[in-house]
Amino acid sequence: MANKIPRVPVREQDPKVRATNFEEVCYGYSIEEAQLEATRCLHCKNPRCVAACPVSVKIPNFIAQVAAGNFAAAASVIAEDSSLPAICGRVCPQETQCEGSCILGVKGEPVAIGKLERFVADWSRENGGVKPEVAPANGYKVAVIGSGPAGLACASDLAKLGYDVTIFEALHRPGGVLEYGIPEFRLPKDKVVAAEIESVKALGVKIETNVIAGRTVTIDSLLDEEGFAAVFVGSGAGLPKFMGIPGENLNGVFSANEFLTRNNLMKAFRDDYMTPIHAGKKVVVVGGGNVAMDAARTALRLGAETTIVYRRTENELPARREEVHHAKEEGIQFAMLTNPIEIIGDEKGWVKAVKCIRMELGEPDESGRRSPVAVPGSEFEIETETVIMSLGTSPNPLIAKTTAGLETTRRGCIVADENGATTRPGVFAGGDAVTGAATVILAMGAGRKAAAAIHEYIRNK
Amino acid sequence: MLTPTICRMKVKAPRLAAAALPGQFLIVRATEKGERIPLTISDYDKEAGTVTIVTQQIGASSSEIISFEAGEAFADVVGPLGIPSDFTEMPEDELRKKRFIFIAGGVGTAPVYPQVKWLHERGVAVDVIVGAKTKDLVIYKEEMEAVCDNLYLCTDDGSAGFKGLVTAMLEKLVNEEGQKYDQAVAIGPMIMMKFATLTAKKLGLPIIVSLNTLMVDGTGMCGACRVTVAGKTRFACVEGPEFNGYDVDFDEAMRRQGMYKAEEVEANEHHNCRIGRGK
Repeated sequence: MANKIPRVPVREQDPKVRATNFEEVCYGYSIEEAQLEATRCLHCKNPRCVAACPVSVKIPNFIAQVAAGNFAAAASVIAEDSSLPAICGRVCPQETQCEGSCILGVKGEPVAIGKLERFVADWSRENGGVKPEVAPANGYKVAVIGSGPAGLACASDLAKLGYDVTIFEALHRPGGVLEYGIPEFRLPKDKVVAAEIESVKALGVKIETNVIAGRTVTIDSLLDEEGFAAVFVGSGAGLPKFMGIPGENLNGVFSANEFLTRNNLMKAFRDDYMTPIHAGKKVVVVGGGNVAMDAARTALRLGAETTIVYRRTENELPARREEVHHAKEEGIQFAMLTNPIEIIGDEKGWVKAVKCIRMELGEPDESGRRSPVAVPGSEFEIETETVIMSLGTSPNPLIAKTTAGLETTRRGCIVADENGATTRPGVFAGGDAVTGAATVILAMGAGRKAAAAIHEYIRNK
Repeated sequence: MLTPTICRMKVKAPRLAAAALPGQFLIVRATEKGERIPLTISDYDKEAGTVTIVTQQIGASSSEIISFEAGEAFADVVGPLGIPSDFTEMPEDELRKKRFIFIAGGVGTAPVYPQVKWLHERGVAVDVIVGAKTKDLVIYKEEMEAVCDNLYLCTDDGSAGFKGLVTAMLEKLVNEEGQKYDQAVAIGPMIMMKFATLTAKKLGLPIIVSLNTLMVDGTGMCGACRVTVAGKTRFACVEGPEFNGYDVDFDEAMRRQGMYKAEEVEANEHHNCRIGRGK
């Protein structure tokens, strides 16, 4: 099983240049590069990559089509299982899923499955796209709350089965976290997100923006008054967490959600939009996840010297390796084993510095990670104008509060079984609303499972 | 136009109108490249499917809103947002035992109206104090008179009604005229709500205030609207906008309201020069 070809590197924008713009970092493979990389796949009899994919894309099959130059056929293979391949190819944590289980990775580099998926999706979009089969209309209406990855995946599968699907989105543009959370330089909005949403609409899915479930409409009104046979709740993660330290409400302290929403959804980085954003010359981002990397890299592009403060070491950073690597290349400072204990303001109530304490790693906690412990007497200050808190989110209570019979966990997440069925018949849920903040692909997986369960539920009604 | 800088408009939004209750707000985006602006709902007509909003020209975005002519459409309108006023949840016979005093300041008079109307329609005793800089800036006078028991006008220059602040009027009513109230509600500029709260506290009167904080999404996602209430951080968009006035840290709220002032000034200049170029 000799495979002598090294993994084909992907071309990227020069770090110095990209640190000053919001253009996409990664250029993706050319046809020649993609075909060469595709020849590296060993076509295992029991492909571990497929088992590791939350939506079970038939990876070796599409890669074989790429190798043979049949890119349209490759796109059709992917489309059977994923409605958002150009997005997944860009933002999935492949290193812990498909590529993480690739047999080539044992001794060398795994096949660049993510980059190949992206290539196929981009090629397909530029060459007319895939026209998946849609079953004849079956006369049932299904409502989907939220147009993020969970909602879009659920809606696509249901539409293909012949359902009349309407997605209700609270914001003014569809896409959820793909639109407000993930920055342009990782996931272009018009070119990729809007285009993939158009392909979901092409299946017959309707999207109503500016409708807040729990306020504008309720789950009950959709089921009882508007004639929907079932509802899928994919409302996302919700309320940003703060640390609860002194000074957190000073001017210049933001949640990563606010900072990113202003820049991504509201396009503050563009001169022709009216949205204000405050970064200043120095920014401290607190946290170590993908959202922290996104916030830091956004602040950097807005012209700020940016430092990420994280209480564990680099090995524990929950962010994808690629994001950490890109952030470092671009010049983001990493202050590891550092925890903020107070935010210090000036006489006008604006942030002036963050008081931090050094940490060291102690015994492993319940998550298996070694828990950080403060080093007494090691306090120090980092001067900064802006602090961005990226500590995760807690569920938005609105839907649970306004829907009878919908149980939530102690932490406020909607209770749903592995197929997305909640405690209320006819109401299904998936994605961050159920699991708490996770990834795009896990949300899509949950959306697909729920679509199958909704189909089952309506057929047996 | 209610005054040269305050504009009232009816917006067609059937789903929103059907769900709206007193105390709630909505968010509009005037144009594709505009900001999301939270505005308190000033009235709603469930049958016609319309909501009324009142906007004062302050910055570039509000200028954009008030430049609309009848028949034009906002890029986006979303709501209702926030928790409805507490009294909408109370049993009506209990409500009728209470007497309310509303303290409205400037453009804040508009969101007071649906609350007063709602209570009046249910036979609850309601008085209203309306404050404005000068007579020409008083809005909703006739509308309010039709739905309250007593309307007390105050102007800074004495051009209409009582010459002085709304807080002085409140003290006068309670201390000099012996009026008794069970619940006060203040809606207006943050500074007015702060002093209305201090006065109410002095008079031993419970007071609710409606906080017009900065917001982006209005659904709890961004946290721009956070305020300290009774020592705890709360999100005005999903846990408010109404809070017990006694508990609110108004100084912090006022400081946070000015967070984007520097950027606003820049946007205004930009906006004005764009207008200049157009002409």
